[in-house]
Amino acid sequence: MLLSEVGYARPSSVDEAVRLLAENDGARPLAGGQTIVNVMKARAAAPDVLVDLADLAELRTIAVSDEGALELGALATYSELITSAEVKETRPIVAEVAAQIADVQVRNRGTVGGNVCSNDPTNHLPPVFVAVGAAMTIVGADGERTVPAEEFFLGVYMTAAGPGELLTKVVVPPAGESRDGFSAVTIGADGTCIVSAAATVTGDQARIVLGCVAATPVLLTAAADAEAVREAVRGAELDPPSDVHGPAEYRRQLAEVVAARAVAAAGEGH
Amino acid sequence: MEPVASMQVSVTVNGDVYGREVEARRLLVHFIRDDLGLTGTHIGCDTGNCGACTVILDGVAVKSCMLLAVQADGASIETVESLATGDGELHPLQQAFSAHHALQCGYCTPGMLMSAKHLLDHNAEPTENEIRRAIQGNICRCTGYVNIVEAIAAAAKGEVSA
Repeated sequence: MLLSEVGYARPSSVDEAVRLLAENDGARPLAGGQTIVNVMKARAAAPDVLVDLADLAELRTIAVSDEGALELGALATYSELITSAEVKETRPIVAEVAAQIADVQVRNRGTVGGNVCSNDPTNHLPPVFVAVGAAMTIVGADGERTVPAEEFFLGVYMTAAGPGELLTKVVVPPAGESRDGFSAVTIGADGTCIVSAAATVTGDQARIVLGCVAATPVLLTAAADAEAVREAVRGAELDPPSDVHGPAEYRRQLAEVVAARAVAAAGEGH
Repeated sequence: MEPVASMQVSVTVNGDVYGREVEARRLLVHFIRDDLGLTGTHIGCDTGNCGACTVILDGVAVKSCMLLAVQADGASIETVESLATGDGELHPLQQAFSAHHALQCGYCTPGMLMSAKHLLDHNAEPTENEIRRAIQGNICRCTGYVNIVEAIAAAAKGEVSA
């Protein structure tokens, strides 16, 4: 497929990237390209300029802060999350879920930042980052700000990182006494999620975040037992979309199931 | 720097350095096939699903229909043409695919071989499950995968004779 004509720039600093994004109408960041290139083929979006972040090595790092938080650079790939000792020690759910995304080739290119900033409701990482209480670092012309993951996802394909801004980092707090779990029903092994749930259990309380059932991840809290979790999902009065993979009623039912499974998975360790 | 509609790229493909002026919108797979004439890399679905266009870029398997050629500037790429030696001796993976009837129409084979090579480059003794996960991004509509998995396992064990 021939793409529409597009401008291309490969800045060598975050500041230059932000300037390019701010000064060019219709400019979009290009990270791994595993979503946007296909979106451009399908003419579902036509950015005028792609700002390729490939040379911004400082966005590719995975580190643990002095406070024990896991700092994921926006350009860290899924494959890098899977093999990271820092992720494994600090918050292994991130690696466990990254290993369920698509296939080897996509995991080699797809990035943390791309997954959360494309914010397709079926994406894997948004529910995980909301469940663990991550914080997103966004850089713009006016400097840097931090947005809690709960407030980052604004709508389908829309996030708090607006035009002229760049997500640079996702900071995941240390697990402490909490344990995490994830469960999804997908289209084939490691395929697109039909319904997903991430859970973080602390003591007898669970934070449950559902994916694919609304424009943005849905956060619920409940006692960490299966019946209480199911009751909380029923009480949320979800209005999920219907599509070829399942009607809304099916997704409502699945949401209860995967929420209870995610909480159970958290109870099994991590 | 300001955005450009086309630029000069330099890539190393199978050990040879190529310099070309390419449009920013040009997909890497078109660059490899049409600009460089290396047509072993196939275009199957052109949607990122089938993996027929898989190449190894700077040591990792990628789908070349989901990259722009300009993104590969400065990179080193291996395509299926790199597998056999110059005098025509097949790579152990190719010998194993032949011996185990791991292809029928052959359209997916270049991508399968590159995914398999990526696997064996990183994991010399894969389990059957690891082999299946390694070719998860490569669709074959002929074989049902059984013989492909057997061929990769045989190549890993060095059992390449027919």
